[in-house]
Amino acid sequence: MTFTVESDAEHLAVGFARVLRQLDIPTPLDSVLTFINALALVGIDNRDSVYWSARATLVRRPEDIAGFNKAFAVFWEHKESPYAPDEEELHITLAVDTEEEGAEGGTAEISNEPSLTLRFSGVETLRDKDFADYTDDEMRQAQHFMESLRLASALRPALRMTPTRSRGRQPDMRATVRASLAAGGEPMRRRWTTKSDRPRRIVFLLDVSGSMEPYARALLRFVHAGVAGRQRVEAFTLGTRLTRVTRELSSKDPDRALRATGDQVHDWSGGTRLGETLRQFNDEWGVRGMARGAIVVILSDGWDRGDPEVLAEQMQRLQRVSFRTVWVNPLKVTPGYAPLARGMAAALPYVDKFVEGHSLDALEQLTKVINHA
Amino acid sequence: MPSEPSTPHDVAAGLAANGYLADEGLVTAVFLALSLHRPLFLEGEAGVGKTELAKTIARWQGTELIRLQCYEGIDAAQAVYDWDYSRQLLHLRAAEASGEARGKDTAELEGQLYDERFLLKRALLRAIDHKNATPPVLLIDEIDRADDEFEAYLLEVLSDFQITVPEVGTFTATNPPIVILTSNRTRDVHDALKRRCLYHWVEHPGFEREVNIVKLRVPQASETLARQVAGAVEALRGINLYKPPGVAETIDWATALGRLGVTEINEQVVEQTLGTVLKYREDQTRVRDHGIAGVVQHAFERGLLHG
Repeated sequence: MTFTVESDAEHLAVGFARVLRQLDIPTPLDSVLTFINALALVGIDNRDSVYWSARATLVRRPEDIAGFNKAFAVFWEHKESPYAPDEEELHITLAVDTEEEGAEGGTAEISNEPSLTLRFSGVETLRDKDFADYTDDEMRQAQHFMESLRLASALRPALRMTPTRSRGRQPDMRATVRASLAAGGEPMRRRWTTKSDRPRRIVFLLDVSGSMEPYARALLRFVHAGVAGRQRVEAFTLGTRLTRVTRELSSKDPDRALRATGDQVHDWSGGTRLGETLRQFNDEWGVRGMARGAIVVILSDGWDRGDPEVLAEQMQRLQRVSFRTVWVNPLKVTPGYAPLARGMAAALPYVDKFVEGHSLDALEQLTKVINHA
Repeated sequence: MPSEPSTPHDVAAGLAANGYLADEGLVTAVFLALSLHRPLFLEGEAGVGKTELAKTIARWQGTELIRLQCYEGIDAAQAVYDWDYSRQLLHLRAAEASGEARGKDTAELEGQLYDERFLLKRALLRAIDHKNATPPVLLIDEIDRADDEFEAYLLEVLSDFQITVPEVGTFTATNPPIVILTSNRTRDVHDALKRRCLYHWVEHPGFEREVNIVKLRVPQASETLARQVAGAVEALRGINLYKPPGVAETIDWATALGRLGVTEINEQVVEQTLGTVLKYREDQTRVRDHGIAGVVQHAFERGLLHG
């Protein structure tokens, strides 16, 4: 390998990494170094070798492959720009209470009343208020309450054993051998282990379609409290498509988490294709393993513009692999409500627990349902 | 050939000689993994040949395959090492009986117990502490099923290729193993682990390559049958199925048809053997609703192109 080729390769690799980063494909420096080493091995003369070396070293998620291909075409083959106008995604920002809004709205009211009392009595009166009637300020107060709801979820027996004081089923050989040292190799005192428990995974599927708008904002905060507060909680939004938001919601800071989620979810307040998106969830995540033995919580009003048969079939698939299926419908309390929405009616036979979710009290109930599922 | 390949072409030839036809992307990834001594992280649908690749590399390199099947709750005692407690107890009793234990303090006895000869080496430790000239292939299968803590531990092992057993000391790989990790993507594996590795998303093979795979793996199947089976599978993948058939299913199907003495597929035969390709009742129903005739017709067209 001559010097020029190597330094060429370095320049090209670094330049290409910059293009990838502009397309939001995470490209850490150590990957770029690996790519440079790879180029030193395969050379830069053959398009396919360069392409596949770059793919192996720089791409780590199948979602990034399309963007990578575009960047590759532009950078190495001088094809059309990756910033084609039709690729401009329409950004619908989720209504998040930002710092500035809080400052404005807050000062006006707080100047009249002492803030402490307001907040205290606030949550008390809020407890059974319908989320649809919430103001931004009330939403922020409700946040604290939601964070106090601890999701524990039912336990499942784990593979791992833990030592126990009482006589268990399985001898703890490690501890017994150690104890027998004192008795010159005689296992006088036997130690025991027992199966330990682990919390089951919880998967939240939040409907963010137009009809759920009054509730989705509050319920997203509840889901955030769940994801950020415990391990093994997954979250997705359902609308016209499926979006995984676990990563975005795992930030402890609610404002940051909600903003990140808003950036990620592009079908906020759009239409609903519950059956189709649920099918996507089942295919790509759920049935493959994520929903297996898990508690699946669907938060939706059950309005579906798709074929109810598709929804029924997907619910059936989901129920077959999950431990419990819980459906949270904020409209359930509406006087005279009957699950008449076609989607809801189709899904109900495959739901283990059907609960309401319109107020803080209802969410507290939901937490109990999840914890004792 | 237990020598390091010098071009991607060597890899393609080596794998093909051992019954695995890989496309250029996979070949390049394997070549880089072997040359740069990096773990290779393979993701893709079930049945596209991820596990098979590791086995083939081991066969090609003439080395041992050490397989670690991951599952929820896997821990160090199952993946790294454990102590052989019954032998330890026997040793203690023997020491007692022979009077050897007398006059020795507990610390000394304990030192004897936690010796390498009572150590049960599990997959990871065996892969690190091998004594062979050619490093073994370490297959860490379905890593997405293991827990986060195990992933973090694995990251540590794959960075330094060393494992510390507190009672014995540190084992360091003089000749690090060839590491292949697979994932079915039931959850996202942590980015830090992926960054240690080269990554390849394994796709279903294209038509011509699948025909060649069938011919290679099912030599008793005729050229026409191989093309028809690959064509039928291609048609099935086009239908919206829960579990589109993978290469493994294609091979199973061709083997089954060969076994039944079929030389050309027809509707009746497809109907009878659908269970070897589609493992969900819903998928079978969907194909029947869609019309098996369509699948057979596509298979015939694909089969004819050749002749």
